[in-house]
Amino acid sequence: MNEWLDYLLLMVPMLMMLVAVGLIITGRNLFGVVVLTSVYSFLMATVLFVLDAVDVAMTEAAVGAGISTVLLLGALRLCGWEDSKPMRHPWRKLMVSGALAALLMVGMVGLPEFSDPAATLHQHVVPRYLIDSTKEIDVPNIVTAVLASYRGYDTLGETTVVFTAGAGVIALLRRRRQQRLKHASSGASDAS
Amino acid sequence: MSFAAYFTYIVTYLLMTAGLFIVIARGNLIKKLIGLGIFQSSVYLLYIGPAKLIGGTAPVLATGYSVYSNPLPHVLILTAIVVGVATLALGLALVVRIREAYGSIEEDEVLAEDKANTSTTGHA
Amino acid sequence: MRHDPILQVIARLLIPFILLFALYVQFHGDFGPGGGFQAGVIFAAGIILHGLISGLDAAKKILPERLVEAMMAIGVLIYAGVGIASLLLSGAYLDYSVLDHDPIYGQHRGIFWVEIGVAITVCGVMLKIFYMFAGRGDVDQDEE
Repeated sequence: MNEWLDYLLLMVPMLMMLVAVGLIITGRNLFGVVVLTSVYSFLMATVLFVLDAVDVAMTEAAVGAGISTVLLLGALRLCGWEDSKPMRHPWRKLMVSGALAALLMVGMVGLPEFSDPAATLHQHVVPRYLIDSTKEIDVPNIVTAVLASYRGYDTLGETTVVFTAGAGVIALLRRRRQQRLKHASSGASDAS
Repeated sequence: MSFAAYFTYIVTYLLMTAGLFIVIARGNLIKKLIGLGIFQSSVYLLYIGPAKLIGGTAPVLATGYSVYSNPLPHVLILTAIVVGVATLALGLALVVRIREAYGSIEEDEVLAEDKANTSTTGHA
Repeated sequence: MRHDPILQVIARLLIPFILLFALYVQFHGDFGPGGGFQAGVIFAAGIILHGLISGLDAAKKILPERLVEAMMAIGVLIYAGVGIASLLLSGAYLDYSVLDHDPIYGQHRGIFWVEIGVAITVCGVMLKIFYMFAGRGDVDQDEE
């Protein structure tokens, strides 16, 4: 009985995610598409939570559904709230995407099955993280222990990536006073 | 090969295909970035699906539980999510600059204007 | 949005709890889900909500632009600094066990400072990107 509940709790948000993505593909009003992206991120966070990935679900809800939506709406405001143009003969591109999906499904049989305790994924270094972390680090949240201590070097790289993104946005969007005045006068002349 | 054993992968591949289709079929630059985001988030499912063990719990040590989910994919995907939002922010900053330089965020209009600029002035 | 009383009241009620929750997630990340990334993003979301409701200048009064730019770099420096501290205490780079006489307490200390560094950088970057996007409105496309 418990297993069926697990599967049901997984299937329902996944189906809603597929519906949301279908609406995103065909949607032309960009504001609606951005709101649908936020809905999709929330559903992804739900699915991740049911899959027992609590840290990841919290991060996806905060980052994907929160910050991404704010950034997309901010960029949309700067780009004028235009509707996107309709697709013209997308059949060739649909075939390319369909061919990719078919190829991936052929390779699917080699991947570990859902909830298989004997999968290779659960061997080698993970039992050491789960068992020895009590003796070596004594932090109950294993994900924090692995993220900050066992794989701390990767997290340093990730923090640097976040910093680089901030520096990149500053470099792209920084405006000097003369440019701002020149843009204001030329923006009023050519209609957008 | 049953549906229950591989259904997370099927959903992953459907989302991946949808994201790829949005990137290559849509001309609007913001929709391309959204499609890229959907493609990236499908990969989260690809990693976290096999990490779950039915009957286990989240990888936080607690008395009374002996089966935990695999914490290693969680760590990798945490990094991936944050890197994803970093690339989205940079991509959106580029879109804003393109809009200010070319007046449109549709790919074909931007390319046409770029070609017109190059042919009339002789240099890009 | 400045003149809508419902949004103003709700935001004023929610923002202190959002910021407090961010601190809770940061420091409780050792015992439950949470950690530096989530805490930094939630803290930035609280300030962004204040900026959306009361205007960008109100948000910039709380966390000025210079401070946010400094926060971006200070977090990475704290993280790398923990590694250098381990080097100076004759351990490997980012080896937290040498940070104290008791290696387990050294690990706790290392994880604590590292997560704070991550939270500061993530909060600074998210806020700075929001400030740049929101402060770049064109003169002829003003909506307020």
